[in-house]
Amino acid sequence: MLIGVPRETRPGETRVAATPATVRQLLALGYGVVVESGAGAASSFPDEAYAEAGARVGSGDEAWGADVVLHVAKPTDGEIRRLRGGAVLVSTLAPALDPGVVETLADRRVTALAMDAVPRISRAQSLDVLSSMANIAGYRAVIEAAHAFGRLFTGQVTAAGKVPPAKVLVVGAGVAGLAAIGAASSLGAIVRATDVRPEVAEQIASMGGEYVGVPASPSDGTEQQGGGTGYASVTSADYDRRAAAMYAEQARDVDIVITTALIPGRPAPRLITEEMVASMRPGSVVVDMAAAQDGNVAGSVPDEVVVTPGGVTIVGYTDLPGRLPGQASQLFGTNLVNLLKLLTPGKDGRLVLDLDDVVQRSMTVVRDGEVLWPPPPVQVSAAPAAAPAPRPAAAAPATRPARSPVRTSALVGAAAVLLFLLTALSPNQLIGNLTVFALAVVVGFYVIGSVHHALHTPLMSVTNAISGIILVGALLQIGHTSTLVTVLATVAVLVASINVFGGFAVTRRMLGMFSRS
Amino acid sequence: MTAASAAAAAYIVAGLLFVLSLAGLSRHETAKTGNAYGIAGMAIALAATIGLAARSLEAAAVGLIVVAMAAGGAIGLWRARRVEMTGMPELIAVLHSFVGLAAVLVGWNGYLSVERAGAAQTEVPAGLLGIHSAEVVIGVFIGAVTFTGSIVAFLKLSARIKSSPLMLPGRNWLNVGVLVAFAALTVAFVLSPNLGVLAVVTVLALALGWHLVASIGGGDMPVVVSMLNSYSGWAAAASGFLLDNDLLIITGALVGSSGAYLSWIMCRAMNRSFLSVIAGGFGTEGSTAAGTADGEHTEISPEEAADLLRTARSVVITPGYGMAVAHAQYPVAELTRQLTDKGVQVRFGIHPVAGRLPGHMNVLLAEAKVPYDVVLEMDEINDDFAGTDVVLVIGANDTVNPAALEDPGSPIAGMPVLQVWEAEHVVVFKRSMNTGYAGVQNPLFFRDNTRMLFGDARERVEDIIKAL
Repeated sequence: MLIGVPRETRPGETRVAATPATVRQLLALGYGVVVESGAGAASSFPDEAYAEAGARVGSGDEAWGADVVLHVAKPTDGEIRRLRGGAVLVSTLAPALDPGVVETLADRRVTALAMDAVPRISRAQSLDVLSSMANIAGYRAVIEAAHAFGRLFTGQVTAAGKVPPAKVLVVGAGVAGLAAIGAASSLGAIVRATDVRPEVAEQIASMGGEYVGVPASPSDGTEQQGGGTGYASVTSADYDRRAAAMYAEQARDVDIVITTALIPGRPAPRLITEEMVASMRPGSVVVDMAAAQDGNVAGSVPDEVVVTPGGVTIVGYTDLPGRLPGQASQLFGTNLVNLLKLLTPGKDGRLVLDLDDVVQRSMTVVRDGEVLWPPPPVQVSAAPAAAPAPRPAAAAPATRPARSPVRTSALVGAAAVLLFLLTALSPNQLIGNLTVFALAVVVGFYVIGSVHHALHTPLMSVTNAISGIILVGALLQIGHTSTLVTVLATVAVLVASINVFGGFAVTRRMLGMFSRS
Repeated sequence: MTAASAAAAAYIVAGLLFVLSLAGLSRHETAKTGNAYGIAGMAIALAATIGLAARSLEAAAVGLIVVAMAAGGAIGLWRARRVEMTGMPELIAVLHSFVGLAAVLVGWNGYLSVERAGAAQTEVPAGLLGIHSAEVVIGVFIGAVTFTGSIVAFLKLSARIKSSPLMLPGRNWLNVGVLVAFAALTVAFVLSPNLGVLAVVTVLALALGWHLVASIGGGDMPVVVSMLNSYSGWAAAASGFLLDNDLLIITGALVGSSGAYLSWIMCRAMNRSFLSVIAGGFGTEGSTAAGTADGEHTEISPEEAADLLRTARSVVITPGYGMAVAHAQYPVAELTRQLTDKGVQVRFGIHPVAGRLPGHMNVLLAEAKVPYDVVLEMDEINDDFAGTDVVLVIGANDTVNPAALEDPGSPIAGMPVLQVWEAEHVVVFKRSMNTGYAGVQNPLFFRDNTRMLFGDARERVEDIIKAL
């Protein structure tokens, strides 16, 4: 099949859906590739580089008329009409925000996969353009801030005097936030970061930032945890009030604020108010990475740089990834290659769409004119903006179907009846034994329920030593009746002793080796 | 307070100490205390029993007990001191067989001293004789299954016999047939206890134990060892019923149920049904999928690997059975220390069924003095691979196989695995391109970000240390 890579036409779009490097990978999957002349120019990939990589450089009609069209920005209606019937379009589509595009695609009888609808499960991480673009955007946000900031980021002591380091506050520690933290601390700034999820403090520290939490309420010391259950839950009014106080305090102190707080499908929360901006020192910079979704910062304007009367620069660029087009195209293109690897199980250049696969199902907006949006929800843990994608869904397809409650209760009932009959028909002595037995079984199950994985071997050798308790039974049989019994019992005592002494000794030896750094 | 009531009180104390012992073993901080509780419980139980028995015994019999225990204890301590940590699975398997053997002997003694003695015996009231007979058969049966099962496990683990599963035709029917025969023989023995029936039960059970473990492949050995641990507990509990001894019942049931639970945890880690592991036969359909994922692998030299590690910020090591075979834990620990000193973050990712024993890798790494707080389990580390620069796969294969997640037709499909391929670079230490225990080809080796480092794991790691 032929893959077409057209030139992007959205104003300001500098990226391209394939680079010479990814073209080679696409060819290796068995596809032919046609690239529209000039498609890579804005990303500094000349036509010759594509030709050298093995692609054919052609016209726009050739690229749009291919069997599979790879595209970065959401295509216009005019562009969609250039697709031929039965073609496959892979692009950013924003189907949730723009139902019109879904209808246009359906009318055209094409198959459309939305790169911005990849489920956030770890298996699909290699296809996730939101994550790969956020990473670049976070880095670029720091560069934009440094550009607008009239001072050094790093602190220095020179013969001409001392230069203090810049202080940067990053709000929201998702992929973009973490990238921003890393970039700013590499430049030498003091970086602080905050997030409604206190559990990301460790990730912030790993990137060189310092976690600033929302102080706990005086009335309830545990509420900080409660407020941090994730983006999905709406924070309480009391939490918001304390968070606002924290932001106000930080705004007075820092030079740069970078906000990345986004809630998918909802307007971005307004975190930095006009008063807070006004309280910042002249020359300070605010980068609002959520400007496209109403913004985290009062006064930010999408795609523009605003300077407040107080001398604070507010950067509202929404095309931050496109400002690093080379790498953004490479990462976007690699995401597309990974998708095509998934869609080309035979590596023979034949695209096969498997709607039973949760990843492919989630991304498929239209198949041959049939509207499949919205997809069934994928089970993802409640941390939509978390940097490491949650894992549970990866294991989900593998879990066996749960046993039906009817069958379970039938089993339990049968076991209870059996136990009842067994006990009721037993003589008194046995009843006592059975009681002890049943209770000990339950205790055994519970007592090791939370065992640490590293201790499985010592646990096993200690239980092994303990089961040498059969020694007691053998001891009681010695010397009572016949010689034969005594001989057998002595042998039993001998082997059980090996077990008891050996088991405990080897456990001791193993446990002695475990040490903490 | 009579001697009997004192002994009963001591048994209760010992039973509780055993519970505390198992509970203590669930955390690093309390593990040593837990072992001490176990030793204390055992000492109390044995002292009480010997005290009780000695009152009615002649001096010669007491001497016999002391000699037998001293000899057994000496052998046990000697083996425990000498065993290498890589040989731990074998040792534990062979120890299980001793419990099984002891249970068989105790059961036979029960028959010889009661049913065989006929009207002369005074231990069991006539009304309870039927129950006693049933207990004898059950105790002997469980003990014998444990005995031969453990011996086969020991032979497989120490590579004295082939570890591939034995595939008899209709093996499941054989197992079921033995169980049915066992039930019938139990009834026959209760109605008229005689030596022949008991002998047949013993032989049948020995054969069943042998067959059960022989038909389980080497890859499932962690589950088998833990299952045998459970059986040895049930054998002790059965002897407790036979002797009307609550301590044996409590302890046996504790060990039995905790062992069963541990096996269940293992099975869940492999996404395998408990029953199919116990019935055996895993790894047999592997050949159908082998070879489907062919491609070109790329080799790397130890020097290049050292370069990768030198520039990395975060390294994860995922060891498998191959590390144990090559005794590579010491150079691995040395490599870890050197990298940590250079400021590289080094962590270990342990798959729940890596090695041949639950927790096997942890014991090996602990032996080489790797601090246990950098040794993480699969669920703790799987999310971090995407942010990892270099992953070293040392002697692991099936536990890092992407086919488990990506190829629904793979025999290991659905088994949770360490997702090492999400890291930037993966270096696989391997002796050859052979398949792992599941007999499945591993597409990881042909990935673009994977480099193969062939040879003995220990020598290759030492080469890297030299190059660093």
